[in-house]
Amino acid sequence: MALAIAGVLVVAAIVGLPPYPLHIMIVILIWAFTYTGWSLMGRFGLVSLGHGAFMGIGAYVTALLWNYGGLTPWLGIPVALACAVLLAVVVGYPCFRFRITGHYFALVTLALSEVVRQTIIATRDHTGGSLGFTPTPKGNDDTPSIIALQFDEKETWFVIAIVVWLAGLAIWRLVDRSMIRYALDAISEDEDSAAAAGINVTREKLKITMISAVMTALGGALYMQYQLFISPDTVSGIAISLQIVFAVVTGGIFVQLGPTFGAVITLLLAEILRVQIGTDAVGLDNAIYGIALVLFIIFLPKGILGSLIDRFATRRG
Amino acid sequence: MGRLDTGRILATLAVIMFACLAYVPTIVREGDIVFALTDVYLYETMINGLLLGGVLALLSLGLNLIFGVIDVVWICYAEVVMLGMYAIFYCHTVFGLPLIPSMMIGIALTAVLGYAIHYLVIRHLVNAQPINQLLATGGLLFFFQSAATLAFGIEFRNLGVSLGSFALTQDIYVSWARLAAFATAAICVLGLYLFLTRSYTGTAIRAISQDREIMTLMGVQQGRMYLMTSAIGGGLAGLAACLLVLQYDVHPFVGLSFGPIAFMICVLGGLGNMVGGFIAAFIFSELIALGGYHFDIEWGYVFAFVFFIVMMFIRPEGLLGKRS
Amino acid sequence: MLALSGVDAGYGSFQALFDCTLEVRTGEAVAVIGPNGAGKTTLMRVISGLIPARSGTMTMQDLDLVATPPHDIIRLGIAHVPENRRLFPRMTVEDNLRMGAYIPMARARFGERLEFVYDLFPRMRERRNQLAGTLSGGEQQMCAIGRALMSGPKLLLLDEPSAGLAPVVVERIFELIRVIRERDLTVLIVEQNVQQVLQVVDRAYVLEAGSIRMSGSARELSDNEEVRRLYMGL
Repeated sequence: MALAIAGVLVVAAIVGLPPYPLHIMIVILIWAFTYTGWSLMGRFGLVSLGHGAFMGIGAYVTALLWNYGGLTPWLGIPVALACAVLLAVVVGYPCFRFRITGHYFALVTLALSEVVRQTIIATRDHTGGSLGFTPTPKGNDDTPSIIALQFDEKETWFVIAIVVWLAGLAIWRLVDRSMIRYALDAISEDEDSAAAAGINVTREKLKITMISAVMTALGGALYMQYQLFISPDTVSGIAISLQIVFAVVTGGIFVQLGPTFGAVITLLLAEILRVQIGTDAVGLDNAIYGIALVLFIIFLPKGILGSLIDRFATRRG
Repeated sequence: MGRLDTGRILATLAVIMFACLAYVPTIVREGDIVFALTDVYLYETMINGLLLGGVLALLSLGLNLIFGVIDVVWICYAEVVMLGMYAIFYCHTVFGLPLIPSMMIGIALTAVLGYAIHYLVIRHLVNAQPINQLLATGGLLFFFQSAATLAFGIEFRNLGVSLGSFALTQDIYVSWARLAAFATAAICVLGLYLFLTRSYTGTAIRAISQDREIMTLMGVQQGRMYLMTSAIGGGLAGLAACLLVLQYDVHPFVGLSFGPIAFMICVLGGLGNMVGGFIAAFIFSELIALGGYHFDIEWGYVFAFVFFIVMMFIRPEGLLGKRS
Repeated sequence: MLALSGVDAGYGSFQALFDCTLEVRTGEAVAVIGPNGAGKTTLMRVISGLIPARSGTMTMQDLDLVATPPHDIIRLGIAHVPENRRLFPRMTVEDNLRMGAYIPMARARFGERLEFVYDLFPRMRERRNQLAGTLSGGEQQMCAIGRALMSGPKLLLLDEPSAGLAPVVVERIFELIRVIRERDLTVLIVEQNVQQVLQVVDRAYVLEAGSIRMSGSARELSDNEEVRRLYMGL
């Protein structure tokens, strides 16, 4: 199904979509990839509010290496991903080792995401602080597009976004069908029993956290490369962490296309409200979004797509 | 894990913290080397940190109560404070009411808001998974923020009331607003402590946080107890708003700047443990103030958050909390 | 005093009680015995409203229990000493007892009731300011029974009072139940310690796999071959 959607999208792009819908789709796909990365942890009860940290690292490390070291994102992104993994291990290992779960895990990761945001602001001499940061444009010294990973044509970005998004879904499926899924399901049911059954709780959790961190950091880096502007508030901090979680929950945390669905709904809603109502009512989109979220949690805790699939399944069964 | 253990950890912490941040560095100012011990600005910073601790303590008080009793994290707590600040601002500046009645209206409104949050949202989620509770209140956070943006705009508003400051010694100045915040926080912690330990209802609130089901057997209507706790928690948010509005500008996103720290104070102090929360608030405030003094205020926050993460590994039950 | 008729109950899709009918008359002590997992605790929880009955009727002195919300059950004079005691561990003994007298009519007579409980359990008076979580197992059981007595109940529900206690302490607990009976309280007790419980009660029901298998006077059941073989290991 994902492939079918991708196919339709590619055809649409080739036929030639105007830049605006193309832009919206690129943004949605990149976020959908990030959301999918978060859901890998979230579905096993590892509710991280710290993914803003990974995203911020992905974006800022890549951009800083490019601006100050002239390092191409082709190398910069892997370095950034390695940093994200390192951070995931440094925080994740003790968390899992000391059995920090539930509210506590959420709050530790929340602190992590604030640490990264405040660090970015504090190092304003290099990162531009709250004012944001712009990677050096490729035009300055005739660096080829491919080296700078900056493309003028939206179509190129569109293809990149689709490939990355499909890769995200593939990772989701791989995890879904692997042993690690059974291990983590067991752990989220009852950690002690899982440990007693011979599952290395710390290692399994750490594995999924590392995968999730890498995906999120990559999402951050791509977002930066595409938008060519980042600020602490758009790629890190509690607000972004919450945005990630909300979108996934809205779409459906337990199904493959749930995070994508969440990205489509939340980003489209925000975009439509922004265009329709414009600047007269700054904040209306978020107000509706907030209320919708509360209603979802109370009435549709499995998310829109999750609930639809459930209903479909019970009707057939 | 006895009392002694806790005391020792606290003492060690305090020593390490002050050694690292206050006394080890000597300060170079305008070419002169100033030894930290004789530096009046450092003392001023530390006193201000102490006073900031009062505000943080008060801020986390209501959250702590709700967290401890209902076992739900109100991610939107700081936004309730923000709305309280707006209420006071409007009553005072726009409708021209005197300051004290404005503050009372602010407290009343946030208490009602707390009641409403529980009645409309949390009540349906008391037995839901923690993630869903977190997210629902997170939705409220977005809603309050944007509702405030819609209603009040994104401008920074200032009450325009200054209580001024006074000289503690020749060189050390202390702001009245901060001192008032500190004193109010201390009185409130004491008051809440007495309420929880001495009164029948307070004892019942503590009991219900230890075993929900059994209190039903004692004839307690859990739902009503939770509503009351939420209203008290909301009222405490309003009280915090009164003190914050004297010191800071109001804007729709002001909650994000102190919300996270309020949660961390609760957890660090040991959930539902008022005294622990009080101590944690001062540790955080000194970390922030001293970090800000030696480096940048953001580094102060970074230290505070890193300290929190590390402490969660060492004592996940909080400074004065007990393992369940 | 208490009458159950045709009660079904369970958790989710699992049914734990099938068509249970039993009766406790004023002044009696009645035991429910049976193996682990027979539904004894469920029965107690259904009576005190923690689990809703799916069908059947329950009355307490002719008042309908099924329609009474859980927090009002205690106002009808039923006090439940739950399985595993369930004290408030981080509160003092006296605060625990205070919570037992939460309902207004008990609160009004708090001082008098407290004296009553302290006279019954002098050990509790000694430990009044100690945290309940630091008491020994037997003391915790006393505190739990004391807490239930604080509401001034007519009927006391005791769920496995001897569980997890050393044999000497178990003796003490059954001794206490005798003392409580002398104070004109009606008692419904669930126990696995069949041999000892049959010495303090008047009648007993045997609950197996959620159904009442047998009932009779304590003497009849202690003499019953099957009961002796299955539950007393004789």
